[in-house]
Amino acid sequence: MSLVKVTIDEIEVEVEAGTTILNAARKIGGNVVPPAMCYYSKLEGSGGKCRTCLVKVAQGSAKDPRPMPKLVPSCRTVVQNGMVVQNITSPEVMEARKAITEFLLINHPLDCPVCDQAGECSLQDLSYAHGLADTQTIEERRTFAPIDIGDKIKLHMNRCILCYRCVMVADQLTDQRVHGVLGRGDHCEISTYITKAVDNDFSGNMIDVCPVGALTDKTFRFKSRVWFTKPFDAHRDCPKCSGKVVLWMKGEEILRVTGRKDKYGELEVFICNDCRFEHKEDKDWEVEGPRKIERHSVIGQNHYEK
Amino acid sequence: MQALTNRSKIASNKKMSFMERIYFPAIVKGMFITIRHFFGKKATINYPEQTREFSQIYRGMHVLKRDDEGRERCTACGLCAVACPAEAITMVAAERKSGEENLYREEKYAEVYEINMLRCIFCGDCEEACPKEAIFLTDRIVESEYERLPFIYGKDRLVEPVDLNLRIDISARQTENVLKFKQNKRFAHNK
Repeated sequence: MSLVKVTIDEIEVEVEAGTTILNAARKIGGNVVPPAMCYYSKLEGSGGKCRTCLVKVAQGSAKDPRPMPKLVPSCRTVVQNGMVVQNITSPEVMEARKAITEFLLINHPLDCPVCDQAGECSLQDLSYAHGLADTQTIEERRTFAPIDIGDKIKLHMNRCILCYRCVMVADQLTDQRVHGVLGRGDHCEISTYITKAVDNDFSGNMIDVCPVGALTDKTFRFKSRVWFTKPFDAHRDCPKCSGKVVLWMKGEEILRVTGRKDKYGELEVFICNDCRFEHKEDKDWEVEGPRKIERHSVIGQNHYEK
Repeated sequence: MQALTNRSKIASNKKMSFMERIYFPAIVKGMFITIRHFFGKKATINYPEQTREFSQIYRGMHVLKRDDEGRERCTACGLCAVACPAEAITMVAAERKSGEENLYREEKYAEVYEINMLRCIFCGDCEEACPKEAIFLTDRIVESEYERLPFIYGKDRLVEPVDLNLRIDISARQTENVLKFKQNKRFAHNK
């Protein structure tokens, strides 16, 4: 594979040809990585929808050094040799990101105090970093009643940002998809055919994949805020999946089971519904140890004990 | 070596003079200071017959507010508990059932909400963290008890009564700037 040189925020990195700008930036790591709400490295065809990862290409390639005329989505743009990309060093990009954040929040109810995702929500992080202190719109937000899709997953369409990740999970992980995006434009919504249940062994991964609180675990619903629970790595012998999970414990009680997420909020491996919903007893799991959490994460707050 | 502050004193083993050795003048001097205070203004008051005037923003016992329609404002978001430096607040959330819309304002509410008044340091951080304007500190005083258990205040003692006349008034705590800020139409959702 031939290597190409690309400069992102004045940091040079060599990546394989065919890599996207986002993945090249992830290779550098740190602040230069653009935030991504819809791109998911494990899901084929994801990305290009939310526009939070827009970057400026100041120089197209070594052969053709003209800049690209508009900001480009870094998750869908492939690097070329000698490309110069600006992310946080470009005020234009930062302003666009602010506008995109505002745009994503147009119909978002901002019910973080109620939402179970609060504390590990990508949209919350994004609006904390780039959002405005108040909204410029006074129009009514579109509202939907929360619905049950299956007996384990709750859908709050109000909070959805239409990233299509859950649709792709159902398409690529399971053999039968019964939910999808209905309607067009502003009327888009995630739904099933007349609340047909989503019951597949891997449908629970939708919850982990959802960047916001639109799809939440009904077995954990309102049990606790995430920062009052402590994450532990654990595994079990599972005939369906790898069985490698994170247990979210409060005292001796397992409140929630999720997959292991990396620093970009993406699952390392997908887990099955049996592990996720059915095994909440101490004896089901072999605990490996406390999960490392980022120093500034709210999940680490107020945990003074060792 | 140079001292870091001017508060340190160098100890000396200097011999006491005759006047110092008989102690009597020092005792008289001490008694004089004590007796002088009998006739001065008293530093104490006869509580509870008399009470002191509180500052408008005195931080005493908490109240969990209800909104204008009598619904509980608290949605058990846990921000007060995570802001609390003394870890005095605990809560258990529950989902509102249909038919309870007149009791709780949001989809989720605090089924159990407890403040350990022995741990609480009355710093007011919970009040500041609250996104729903649900918890306020008031000028009421936490009553003394003989045991420790009654100091754990549950919702029965924290939530204010539904009756409009018995509501706990916290308007004095809110400065003009705060009230003006709330007039903004964009914050109508928090009414």
